[in-house]
Amino acid sequence: MPSLKDLKNRISSVKSTRKITKAMQMVAAAKLRRAQEAAEAGRPYAERFNAVLGSLAAGVGDSASAPKLLSGTGKDDVQLLVVMTAERGLCGGFNSSIVKLAKTHIAELKAAGKTVKVLTVGKKGREQMNREFDDLFVGHVDLSDVKKLGYANAQDIARDLLAKFDADEFDVATIFYSKFQSVISQIPTAQQVIPAKFDVAEEDAGASLFEYEPSEEAILADLLPRGVATQIFSALLENAASEQGARMSAMDNATRNAGDMIDQLTIEFNRSRQAVITNELIEIISGAEAL
Amino acid sequence: MAKTMQFDLVSPERSLMSSQVVSVQIPASEGDMTAMPDHAPAITTLRPGILSVQTESETSDFVVTGGFAELGESLSVLAEKALPVADIDQGAYDALVADAKAVAEMAKDGEGAADAAKMVQDVIAVAGPLGLSAAS
Repeated sequence: MPSLKDLKNRISSVKSTRKITKAMQMVAAAKLRRAQEAAEAGRPYAERFNAVLGSLAAGVGDSASAPKLLSGTGKDDVQLLVVMTAERGLCGGFNSSIVKLAKTHIAELKAAGKTVKVLTVGKKGREQMNREFDDLFVGHVDLSDVKKLGYANAQDIARDLLAKFDADEFDVATIFYSKFQSVISQIPTAQQVIPAKFDVAEEDAGASLFEYEPSEEAILADLLPRGVATQIFSALLENAASEQGARMSAMDNATRNAGDMIDQLTIEFNRSRQAVITNELIEIISGAEAL
Repeated sequence: MAKTMQFDLVSPERSLMSSQVVSVQIPASEGDMTAMPDHAPAITTLRPGILSVQTESETSDFVVTGGFAELGESLSVLAEKALPVADIDQGAYDALVADAKAVAEMAKDGEGAADAAKMVQDVIAVAGPLGLSAAS
């Protein structure tokens, strides 16, 4: 049975923990709003870009002159996985679920006899994969100093990827990130970026009517590398929103748990306090009777 | 009343302008072109330069680098970087030049070297109309 003093200490320590988690939740909520705004601001660009690129690619796709970024190297032996996670922890299962998805992919690819390379973005993912896959790492992008994600960050990653692709270091690149669904649901997603893949739902009949300046192929060759950067940028934005969403709900849970714990401890504290008083009374009464 | 068309200027980070316009002067990669309503549908890539938008009441200029313009019923310009001219001071301009140079430096040995070098020239050429001192 813990003493009154112990209980008091525990209550106050849980209370200060609750204060911290509450503060973290509020910070995450504010950051989430900003991240969501950024993700929404970036959406029109990404959508338009992919639509135009998709219709261009559909037009050029079959010809032999199609750029390598679109048609691929003709092999899929060397796979590069770009695993995007957060720089910080304390955000529930956010990092683990992305890493888990990447791990299943690695296992599948390895079983199929492919060579796997891993590029990590964000410290947490690297830490989690370090134990099993440190021999697969080919690079790491540190975003911990980045206050606000900019297109430049995505461009840097894209440039790195393209340089590696040009040097024939891999055949297929896939990015892993978390799609932001809502505060309580983020979906880990794998998306192939090189060679470019478009889900063109319907054939755009108007596409062939366009005048191209310069030629269709030249535009495509110019846009494809930018397309990689665009996809990475929207993945980074989604990831940032997901991270804050996951952190917000994790901290909300923690705050609630701390509240429950405080209630329980307070009840226990009151009980023992009463027991002490009753004991004292009994002692006094029995002492008086003895006289 | 002049005929107008819908115009959108978006960069990856935000949407800069969306309104009805009379004409837009686009710094296309093969030379400037002016888009007006009922222009034939066209897609063109951009070079770094000044995009000049004429609405019924006013003119606004933007500095854009990279990207493309899609001209159909409406005009959408997707620029990799886009800044209103009013926001550009010498510091911002120098940063643009430095960025372009960094890219050119990286592409120096590759096949894109000529393109990258041209891009630097284009960025430097922007200084004149802006009234800024061109970086060498």
